[in-house]
Amino acid sequence: MDFLGIENLKARYGEHVVLNDISMTVEKGEIVSLIGPSGSGKSSLLRALVGLLPVESGEVRLNGEIINYRDKQAVKRLRDRLAIVFQQYNLFQNMDVLRNVMLAPMKVKGWPREECEREATALLEKVGLGAKLHVYPDQLSGGQQQRVALARALALRPEILLLDEVTSALDPELVNEVLDSIRLLASEGMTMIIVSHEMAFVREVSSRVSMMAAGSIVEIGTPDEIFQNPKHERARDFVGKILHR
Amino acid sequence: MHSIFGQLPRFLSYYNLEFILQAALTTLLLSISGCVFGFIFGFGIAVLRETTGPLWLPLRAAAVLFVEIFRRIPFLVTLFLVFYACQALNLDISVFAVAVASTCIIGAAFLSEVVRTGFDAIPSQEREAAAAMNFTLAQTLFLIVIPQAWRVILPPTFAFFLSFIKDSALASQLGVVELTYSAKVMNNKGFSPVLGFGAALILYFAISYPLARFGLYLEQRLGFSRYRKP
Repeated sequence: MDFLGIENLKARYGEHVVLNDISMTVEKGEIVSLIGPSGSGKSSLLRALVGLLPVESGEVRLNGEIINYRDKQAVKRLRDRLAIVFQQYNLFQNMDVLRNVMLAPMKVKGWPREECEREATALLEKVGLGAKLHVYPDQLSGGQQQRVALARALALRPEILLLDEVTSALDPELVNEVLDSIRLLASEGMTMIIVSHEMAFVREVSSRVSMMAAGSIVEIGTPDEIFQNPKHERARDFVGKILHR
Repeated sequence: MHSIFGQLPRFLSYYNLEFILQAALTTLLLSISGCVFGFIFGFGIAVLRETTGPLWLPLRAAAVLFVEIFRRIPFLVTLFLVFYACQALNLDISVFAVAVASTCIIGAAFLSEVVRTGFDAIPSQEREAAAAMNFTLAQTLFLIVIPQAWRVILPPTFAFFLSFIKDSALASQLGVVELTYSAKVMNNKGFSPVLGFGAALILYFAISYPLARFGLYLEQRLGFSRYRKP
């Protein structure tokens, strides 16, 4: 049985259909990347999964449990097991880095303060920010902020980590420090769904790659299948463009 | 000019001073009740309007109606509305109590909008992040939104407080003896308007200046700085 199953997921903003019959699965320990042109629904899919974008129809199963997005308690249980990192980091500006990371474990999960602090410190050291515990987000570079956001998501001990264009707002020099942190997680077997425009990185870490266009999944396969031998016209077109840039 | 100085000793009699200071106290109490209770109620309304879901819908609708009505009615009309409403209900309360109730209503209606604007000024992405991490609405507001919102809420709140002290003069229309009313009384007693209204001016200043200073102090304390040192 697949770990995360998405079946015929549909979502729209008013008249505009942003997700059209999305079906895919993610196995435990797998890294599935979503690629495709802007507006193809990659970010919307992640937002729909965590309940930030209302789902119109379709089914999401996590570890056998069918998630009904109209049931607030079910969405809460789901959010308990997923964590999302956003393109714009979305750190809480009114607290230092350490508190940003330990706040949700402490207040939402209700774990003991000392334990949360110890784990938050360890996570921040892991992403290379052990020296910045008591710095405020606006005193950090974009790459550092994004690594804090990564630590914040991990502090919730998610079963699946969703990364929504986490390097798109960063200048090229800072991209690698964030990608290195993600590589580290990949090596530890973290299950992830990654939306990214960093094609070399996607190719390197992904178990499978899902190519999206106009709200639908055009093609899904191993990185080699998608990048070297895409079957669909739309996928060929996209891959051709990004490889010959 | 000579006559003004000539009147001064008689103007400063114990009886007159007591009368004027009593009136100043009334103005102070009216302003404070309007500001304090107005802010508390206004804050409550703003929080109420952040709720979602059908359970809170009736209260939310009532809050919107309240704010939209009383923000559109002149303060003077609110005073008379409350006054006649109390009469119709056979409530035996003083005109001062009517004035206090009115200031609370007006304060709540206006300040709830100030607070709401403050909430709205916090990037929605931070709230989305909080939602995705399963923070409750109360946690999101009190841990993340409100600490950052003071910076936006405080300046217009104190601007409102200051203008509100002056608006409290309208309560004189109900017969509440507050500062402006007392100045008129002194004028009618034959004192020069310079003395009566001059005293009122000084006392209005004495009330509002410390308030303005207090506002500045709070802005520095709570108005969280984006460039705080580590």
